Amino acid sequence: MLRYIVRRVLLMVPMLVGISLISFLVINMAPGGPIGIAADLNPKATAEYRERLKAYYGLDQPLHVRYGRWLGRMITLDFGDSFSPDGRQVSEKIKERIPVTLAINLLSMALIFFIAIPIGIYSAVRKDSWFDRISTVAVFTGFAVPTFWLALLLMILFGVKLGWLPISGLVSLEHASLGAAGKIWDRARHLILPVLLAGFGGLAGFSRYMRSNMLEVIRQDYIATAKAKGLPERKVVFRHAMRNALLPVITILGLSVPDLLGGSVIFETIFAIPGMGQLFYQGVMSRDYPLIMGILVIGAFLTLIGNLLADVGYALADPRIRTE
Amino acid sequence: MRRALLLLVGFAVLAGDIGLLAGCAGEKKGGAGKGAAGASGPPAYGDALVDGSIGDVSGFVSAVTSDQPSHAAAGFVFNGLVRYDKNLQLEGELAESWEVSKDGKKITFHLRENVKWHDGAPFSSGDVLFTYRKMIDPRTPTAYAEDFKQVSRVLAPDPYTFIAEYDKPFAPALASWGMHILPKHLLEEYPDISKSPLNKKPVGTGPYRFLEWKTGEKVVFEENPDYFEGRPYISRVVIRVIPDPATMFLELKSGGIDYMGLTPLQFTRQTETPEFKNSFNKYRYLSFGYTYLGFRLSHPFFSDKRVRQAIAHAVNKKEIIDGVLFGLGHEATGPYKPGTWAYNPNVKKFAYDPAKAKAILGEAGWKPGRDGILAKDGRKFAFTVLTNAGNESRAKTAAIIQQNLAAVGIKMEIRTVEWAAFINEFVKKRKFDALILGWTIPQDPDLFDIWNSAKTGPDELNHIGYANAEVDRLLEKGRRTFDMEQRKKAYFRIQEILADEQPIVFLYVPDALQAIHKRFHGIEPAPAGIDYNFIKWYVPKGEQKYTTFR
Repeated sequence: MLRYIVRRVLLMVPMLVGISLISFLVINMAPGGPIGIAADLNPKATAEYRERLKAYYGLDQPLHVRYGRWLGRMITLDFGDSFSPDGRQVSEKIKERIPVTLAINLLSMALIFFIAIPIGIYSAVRKDSWFDRISTVAVFTGFAVPTFWLALLLMILFGVKLGWLPISGLVSLEHASLGAAGKIWDRARHLILPVLLAGFGGLAGFSRYMRSNMLEVIRQDYIATAKAKGLPERKVVFRHAMRNALLPVITILGLSVPDLLGGSVIFETIFAIPGMGQLFYQGVMSRDYPLIMGILVIGAFLTLIGNLLADVGYALADPRIRTE
Repeated sequence: MRRALLLLVGFAVLAGDIGLLAGCAGEKKGGAGKGAAGASGPPAYGDALVDGSIGDVSGFVSAVTSDQPSHAAAGFVFNGLVRYDKNLQLEGELAESWEVSKDGKKITFHLRENVKWHDGAPFSSGDVLFTYRKMIDPRTPTAYAEDFKQVSRVLAPDPYTFIAEYDKPFAPALASWGMHILPKHLLEEYPDISKSPLNKKPVGTGPYRFLEWKTGEKVVFEENPDYFEGRPYISRVVIRVIPDPATMFLELKSGGIDYMGLTPLQFTRQTETPEFKNSFNKYRYLSFGYTYLGFRLSHPFFSDKRVRQAIAHAVNKKEIIDGVLFGLGHEATGPYKPGTWAYNPNVKKFAYDPAKAKAILGEAGWKPGRDGILAKDGRKFAFTVLTNAGNESRAKTAAIIQQNLAAVGIKMEIRTVEWAAFINEFVKKRKFDALILGWTIPQDPDLFDIWNSAKTGPDELNHIGYANAEVDRLLEKGRRTFDMEQRKKAYFRIQEILADEQPIVFLYVPDALQAIHKRFHGIEPAPAGIDYNFIKWYVPKGEQKYTTFR
C-alpha cells in the first residue's frame, strides 16, 4: 500500500508540470495581455511605455524562458507577484480568499449530504412512490433552474420585500460595532442564501446517485438473506444496504476536493462574495498571468490529491479492492 | 470626488462596458441636470454614504492604476495641484494660483500653505517635485508619464512655489498637474512606488482619510477634520464592491447602498414607483463620452466622402437614442460635449433623410441591383460592422443602423467580438470595414492622438486612418497656446471639418443617470456632474442613518 502511494505521488510531479505547461501556453496565447488593460486606447501610453511595462513584468522574454523562470520559482513554492497594480504576492491574494470559499463550499456540501442521502435512500426503498416522484421532480428542478435567476428572486423576496435577510456581501456595515453573538449571527445571516442556493443546485446529482446505488444494493442476494433471516427493515436498510451503497460516495468526496477551493464565479458575483471564483475570473479578465497560473496549479494539485485520496480511501473501506 | 478621474483618465479609457473597466457607478460626470435638493434641516456633521462599485480598487496610487474604481477611491484621499471646477474650468486645488509666462513655456504654481498630510507632516513643493520625478522614473509602471516628459525643467525655489518649464508651450500640460501629489516622506525609500505600502494604505492631503480596504468587499474612508477646504459633513464613505448590476440595484432598493449609477431602463421604468421616489433622488446629466460608427477610410467604399455623408443621412440618430437609451441622451455632432466651451453648435448636421441618402449614393455611382442592394462596378454594397461583445447598447445601436442602412440598399452584417480579441486582432491590425465604439470626451479639448494623421501606428488611436492637413495644423495650433480664444477657434474649425467629412458618424452622448438616497442634501448639479462638491453634502441630524460609527 505504502509503495503504491509513494509511486502515485511521484507520478504526480510530471503530471503537474505537464498541466502547468499547457495552462501556461494557453493563457499566453489568448488575445490581449496585461499591458493592454492600461495601454489599449490610452493616448498617453506611448510605445516606449509599452516596452517599459513589458520589461517590468518580464514579458519581453521568450515564452520558454518565462515558463522556465516561473517553474524555477514554483519549485520553491513562490507563486510570484500579481500583475495587478497593487503588485501583491499571488499567494497572499489567494490566501485571503480561501476562508470564505472554503466555508461556503463546506457548508453547502454538508447540506447536500444531509438532505440528498436520506432522499436517495427513501426514494430507492420506496421506489415509484409519491415521495420518490415528487422528490425527483424537486431535485431536478433545482438542477435545471438557473441559480442566478433563483438567487435574484430570493433576494427580492427575503431582502427587498420581507427585509429578513441581507442581499449580498459577507457582513453588514455595522459589523464592527456588534457584540460577539451579534457578529456570528450577522455572518450567518449573510451566508444563508448563498449556502442554500449552492446546495439546492447540487442536490439532484447526489440524491439520484444515492438512489441508484441503493437500488442496486437492494437487489443483491445478501439483502435478500438479511430479509429472509427476519431482520427488521430498518436494520436491513441502514446497516446492510446503506453502508454498501455509500461506498461510491468516497469517490465523489475525493473528486470534490478541488471544488472546495474552486469558488463559483456566478455565485460569488451575484452575492458579492470575495471568493476564489471572483479572484480567478478577474485574473483572467485582466490577464494577470501569475495569478491565473497560481490558481490553476492549486486546482490541478488538489484534483490529483483528491483522486489519490479517493483511491486509497476506497481500498481502505472495501476489502474486495485490497488485492495486495 | 470623482474629479480625480476626470483629470487623470481624461480620454484615456475608451468607454467600453467591459470586464474590469466597467464603469456603472463610474459615469458620475458632467452636464446640466434635474432634481434639486430641498433643505429640511441645517447642515450637520455625521452619517455615512455607501457607494456601490462594480469593480474593486486595485491600488491607491493613481499613477500606476488605470481602472475607474481605483481612481475614484484615490480621489477621496489625494489632491492634485489643479482640478476642474463645477463649470469645467481649471481651478487651483493644492495650488492656490498659478501663472503661465507670456511665451507659454513656464508655469509657476503658488502652493497653499498650511496643508498637512494625513499623518501630520507638512505639504510642500518638495512633494510636488518628488511626484514629478516618480512620474518620469522608468521604474514607475505608469501610463501617464507622457505629459510629464514634455517638461524640460522643474524648480522648487521655496516650499510653496513650484515651477515647470517646457520647450514648447503645451496647453494640456496645465491639466496634467491634476495628477495626485504623493507624500515624499513616506515614499522616498521605495524605488517602485506601486510596491509601496502607500498603494494599499494611502496617506494623502484629501478630504477623507483612509480607514480600511477589504479586498473584493469594501473600502472605507473617514472624514479629514483638518481638510484645507473645510471639514466634510459626511463622516464616512464606504465603497462596497458589488460586481453584479442586478444585485446592486436590489441593494439600493433595500437600503444596502445609497448611491449608484442607473441604466436607462432602470431610470425610466424600474424607479418610477412611489416607494422609490420617496427614498431616492434621481439625477440626469450629459456624460463625458460618445458612441460612433467609424469607417476604415482606406476601404474602397468609405474612402468616398459622399458615401459617408449618405450614411450619415441614412442613420436615424433619434431612433437610436429612443430605442437604446430610452431617450436619455443627446445627438452627437462632433467629438465634444454639448454645452462645453470647445463645443461648436453650428456645424453641418445630417438630418435623417433616406431619400437624400439614396440620391447621394446614386451620384457616387451606387445603383440598386435586382435584389435591391446597391452595387457599383459589379460590387455589392455589403460590409461588416464590428463591435465588442457584452456591450448591449452598442449591439442594439448596430441593429438599428443595420435596419436604417437596409432601407437605402446597403447590406450591413454585425459581428461582436470579445474585447481583447476585438482590439488586438481587428482594431490594431485594421482588419475591419466599420466599427461601433465609443470615445471618452476629455475636459481638455486636445484630441491630437485621435485625429492627427501621424497617429496611425498599430498601437495608436487614429484607427480609421483619418488624414487632413488642415486638421493636423489646427490640432498643433490648439495645443501650443494657452489663449482660450485661439484654442476655441482652432477646435471650432476642426469640428466643422469633421462634420463635413464624416470620417465617423457621431451618434450620441448618453446621459449619466444617478440615484442617491434622499437624506443627502446639498447636491447641486452642474456641468461637471454632482460629485464636485461632495464635501458640502450633508444629512440633517434627524435623518442620519449610520450613527454607531463613533
